[in-house]
Amino acid sequence: MQIYRAHALVCRGTGCSSHKAEEIFNELERQLQDKKLTNEVKVVTAGCLGLCKSGPNLVIYPEGAIYSGLQVEDVEEIVTEHLLKGRIVKRLLFGDTEADAGIKSLDDVGFFKRQKRIALRNCGVINPESIDEYLAFDGYKALTKVLTEMEPAEVIDVLKKSQLRGRGGAGFPTGTKWEFAAKAESKQKYVCCNADEGDPGAFMDRSILEGDPHSLVEAMAIAGYAVGADKGFIYIRAEYPIAVKRLRLAIEQAKEYGLLGENILNTGFNFDLEIRLGAGAFVCGEETALLTSIEGKRGEPRPRPPFPAVKGLWGQPTLLNNVETYANVPPIILNGPDWFTQIGTERSKGTKVFAVGGNINNTGLVEIPMGTTLREVIYEIGGGIPNGKEFKAAQTGGPSGGCIPASHIDTPIDYDTLVELGAMMGSGGLIIMDEDTCMVDIARFFLEFTVDESCGKCPPCRIGTKRMLEILSRITEGRGEEGDIEKLETLAKNIKAAALCGLGQTAPNPVLSTLRYFRDEYEAHVRDKKCPAGACKSLLDYVIDAEICKSCGICAKNCPVDAIEGEKKKGPFVIIQEKCIKCGTCVEKCPFDAISAS
Amino acid sequence: MSSTCSCSKEFVDEREERLTEVIEKYRGVRGALIPVLHEAQEIYGYLPFHVQKRISEEMQIPMGEIYGVITFYTQFSLEPKGEYQIQVCLGTACYVKGANLILEKFKEKLGIDVGGCTEDGKFSLQACRCVGACGLAPVVMINEDVYGGLKPSEVEKILKKYQ
Ligand SMILES: Cc1cc2nc3c(=O)[nH]c(=O)nc-3n(C[C@H](O)[C@H](O)[C@H](O)COP(=O)(O)O)c2cc1C
Ligand code: FES
Repeated sequence: MQIYRAHALVCRGTGCSSHKAEEIFNELERQLQDKKLTNEVKVVTAGCLGLCKSGPNLVIYPEGAIYSGLQVEDVEEIVTEHLLKGRIVKRLLFGDTEADAGIKSLDDVGFFKRQKRIALRNCGVINPESIDEYLAFDGYKALTKVLTEMEPAEVIDVLKKSQLRGRGGAGFPTGTKWEFAAKAESKQKYVCCNADEGDPGAFMDRSILEGDPHSLVEAMAIAGYAVGADKGFIYIRAEYPIAVKRLRLAIEQAKEYGLLGENILNTGFNFDLEIRLGAGAFVCGEETALLTSIEGKRGEPRPRPPFPAVKGLWGQPTLLNNVETYANVPPIILNGPDWFTQIGTERSKGTKVFAVGGNINNTGLVEIPMGTTLREVIYEIGGGIPNGKEFKAAQTGGPSGGCIPASHIDTPIDYDTLVELGAMMGSGGLIIMDEDTCMVDIARFFLEFTVDESCGKCPPCRIGTKRMLEILSRITEGRGEEGDIEKLETLAKNIKAAALCGLGQTAPNPVLSTLRYFRDEYEAHVRDKKCPAGACKSLLDYVIDAEICKSCGICAKNCPVDAIEGEKKKGPFVIIQEKCIKCGTCVEKCPFDAISAS
Repeated sequence: MSSTCSCSKEFVDEREERLTEVIEKYRGVRGALIPVLHEAQEIYGYLPFHVQKRISEEMQIPMGEIYGVITFYTQFSLEPKGEYQIQVCLGTACYVKGANLILEKFKEKLGIDVGGCTEDGKFSLQACRCVGACGLAPVVMINEDVYGGLKPSEVEKILKKYQ
């Protein structure tokens, strides 16, 4: 193998790809050729580093310098200065990575300091399209160990001791689930992976699939050995084309190397993997619906029990885990359960990956030990709230979850504390909301999502959520009636109790949780017809500030309903409130920022 | 989609042949209907009636079941889509950053509703849930291009690029 003096890693995950990462990559190769450095510096395509907002990102080792927000023109400077002359280009370094004496190591940068990367251990570090690089980072070592040194029961024992819990939402103990599947008696069993990642606002699994696909392949083979299955399916959203491509490649490479297929590593163990694409149905993230969809049918859920571990795909015992759950397995096998249980809290061990989004400075992907507080995530890792705004609440668990208000910002995040707060861990979407976000509107947003995605099989979910949405819509549109809040509460209780699957049972959560912490906001909408956050358009009045208005008439010209009156150059214009449809066009068009909504 | 006229004989045949290949590839594979529909839609751009019928006959699955599956999954389409498919992300991260205002702007500028297609067949508009680029919210995808950090005022400029 050729030895290189330096490695330049270009992130080419989805976020950075849209930031022209490809052009950066090509320019880098061109510049290196130009300067005759191709034998000394290796350019590597890497997966997501987590710093999506500041892309495109380029990391140069051995220094570990993170360059972000690059323009194609910057590449030449980096090549001549850093790679040729060894001088770091401080101007282009990411945020606070610059220290007095050069640059800080990754572990010291605010964004990374609080993180502990287990599931994401290889993301952004290795080339996801190369099995050799995965092998160089202890890849397939855990599979080798399991196949040559351990009995299936021992593997399950290690997982049980590690206390790993499912990362797909509910937090069910993984070792116990594997034991159920192993104990089920059948000639044919299956191992499946849930890579459907339906929570809107979450992309943890996507980054693992794009940045380290082999870790999933390896873990599923281990699972196959432990439960006695020789066939696996990965169910992945079709919206993730890059991930699908890299996963396909990983499976091919593993087969070539004899790490998948017949008689793996000459141990007599067979295991084959197949990819199945979703087709845009959120409910297919629910385990029974997912399996029905792999069978080629409408992805409708069915009542449990029987659980998939007993009766799953085509009626056979099936083990189903989430991508991130699997990604934790190889390190646990290699480092032992005691290593894993040292990380995290009493009842939640290890780390959790969050996709942090919304009103926060560093949006992106973070992996933190369980028990980290929300404050640390927002202010130390996330760099705080933009534009000097106040933090209002964070939403976890997507449409099934709830919110954590600012008053609980110091709660350590783990499975149990979140449930106590009326939220849930979910799969890892963490949306930060500032003071301008209306909580009633957010609840309405999630209900709209569930109404859209309800599969229609059971009436409580199909009809109940629709009624809730109607009430929420009327509240946010200023037509709320006395008693509406109580109606919402009754509906919520009944839907939770009567719905068939997790989708319906959890659909009312965003409403219940916002009601618990922000009831006054609901009341303000219903009683005073006011939106305290100033977000609900129908409840706003648009006004022209007479002091700033230069009476240019541009607003009146652009108003689609002629609701603005005045004469050019003859004193300030006025908006006739009765006519105004609150479209906001005038605010956008006014060259002097004289119009605002309140 | 190219502007090649789809009524020319050769063109139709080529697509039929590719469909045959797809069906052959999945013969004997369990649960193959969804992968076959995916690949058929890639060939035709949508799932016209005669394609459903072929699949039904070759795979021996009743038409009713095929229709049921197509209508269950939002990615399958019974109608042709525009040359440029605009997908406005309405995932949570994008919504919190004002994605609905972006969507309104597209509707206004194109004069169509969500799910609609402009008369000249150029643009179709869809709302989607999280394309996994939440760090860049609000996000719009036009065919393969991803636009991040959009403001409503930029919509017009972007549309111009495709006109
Ligand atoms: C409506 C609904 C949607 C779900 N979506 C997902 C999803 O996108 N990804 C996921 O891993 N689990 C999802 N789940 C949870 C799965 O049903 C299942 O519990 C999980 O995949 C099990 O894996 P784990 O034990 O490794 O967490 C969803 C559940 C429900 C009820
Ligand atoms: S919410 Fe829009 S990309 Fe994720």
